[in-house]
Amino acid sequence: MTVDQCDPMMPQRYRVQHVRNEIPDTFTLELEPEDGGDIPPFATGQFNMLYIFGVGEIPISISGDPARRKPLVHTTRAVGTVSRAMRELKPDDVIGVRGPFGSHWPIERAEGKDVVIAAGGIGLAPLRSVMYHVISQREKYGKAVLLYGARTPADILYRRELQLWRTHFDLDVYVTVDRATGSWRGSVGVVTQLISRAPFDPRNTVAMVCGPEIMMRFTAAELEKRGVATEDIYVSMERNMKCAVGLCGHCQYGPNFVCKDGPVFQYSQMKGLLTKWEI
Amino acid sequence: MKTLEPILAEHPFFKGLKPEYLQLVTGCASNVRFDTGVYMFREGEEATRFYLLRQGKVALEIFAAQRGPITIETIEAGEVMGWSWLFPPYQWHLSGRVIEPTRAIALDGTCLRAKGEADHDLGYELMRRVAVIMMDRLQATRIRLLDIYSKSPGGKVSYPSR
Repeated sequence: MTVDQCDPMMPQRYRVQHVRNEIPDTFTLELEPEDGGDIPPFATGQFNMLYIFGVGEIPISISGDPARRKPLVHTTRAVGTVSRAMRELKPDDVIGVRGPFGSHWPIERAEGKDVVIAAGGIGLAPLRSVMYHVISQREKYGKAVLLYGARTPADILYRRELQLWRTHFDLDVYVTVDRATGSWRGSVGVVTQLISRAPFDPRNTVAMVCGPEIMMRFTAAELEKRGVATEDIYVSMERNMKCAVGLCGHCQYGPNFVCKDGPVFQYSQMKGLLTKWEI
Repeated sequence: MKTLEPILAEHPFFKGLKPEYLQLVTGCASNVRFDTGVYMFREGEEATRFYLLRQGKVALEIFAAQRGPITIETIEAGEVMGWSWLFPPYQWHLSGRVIEPTRAIALDGTCLRAKGEADHDLGYELMRRVAVIMMDRLQATRIRLLDIYSKSPGGKVSYPSR
């Protein structure tokens, strides 16, 4: 490995293998190192800084299988200058990648316990790697429950995988939408309403939650109401990140740097901060 | 003969209710089944019952001219459906369409109201339990009103883009 590759501030060149449109404003990028080398190992929940040369750099969680490192997979939503430019990428285009960075989902701590994965909207992307891991190491976990909420049926991310996971006898997959359209025959309601329906032992559960901050807040409150200890609930936070290594301070949230101390936090660390207007 | 009392005692809605009240409530209960596509009740009809769902899924719908029926929410196994039986004018505000074969315990609202009037402690217990369901549904509705997964004006998302 060269000196440059060790420098967390130095992007490595990756070539786009594939750009897949998931839902109207959300797409998945598959990348491989331009030099054909290895992709650094990553843990579930970590993120990379993706750099469109001449446009800018943004943090995006890794949404691929941690056991299958190639290609490097990211799913994101086209909402800003960089992500919109990213959506226009074509196979063979080159972008810069720094990472992986940040904390990871507590998959080791969850061993021997029931696992509840609660995702809202594109929040499923950073949790997909947990699903891959739990499915591949199924014997290590108790009940495995995925609770997923989307805006409408047309906004359901990774639809084919959700359908596949539903066929597993040892997974409980619940999907709900805020607004039903067309011939939708599934559940209608917010993701928090799925918590009371799901089969898990709240005293022996680790819950991992990702989605809009307000969704995470209410989901965590509902999990606590069901009896899950605050310490057993984890959330993935997002703030404006620049350096990704805890130097610049852009992502400071209370006493934490989201890039370095997070993005995955124990909910007990976040609970008091989420309702503070001043931060 | 087996009664519905043990099933009612196990249901979260009646959990912890005094045995003598449970016995009174059981007198107003019956087992019901509905096939897919059936309307258990329709908007505007007299609300004489409410349901504890044991299995299945029911869509609560509201009818809008030129749009047809719109699903507001689904009620599923383990949940309670209906509070119109408790408040005048005792009419359903929504329609309930079965979307998965459903088994439920139906509770006769007129019967329960009469028992609650006769014994206000029982009436208070029922009111308190229905209020919790109303609060939960109101809270869920508030979250949906926030439209948390949408893009805010100007193209920015109101939640993480990753």
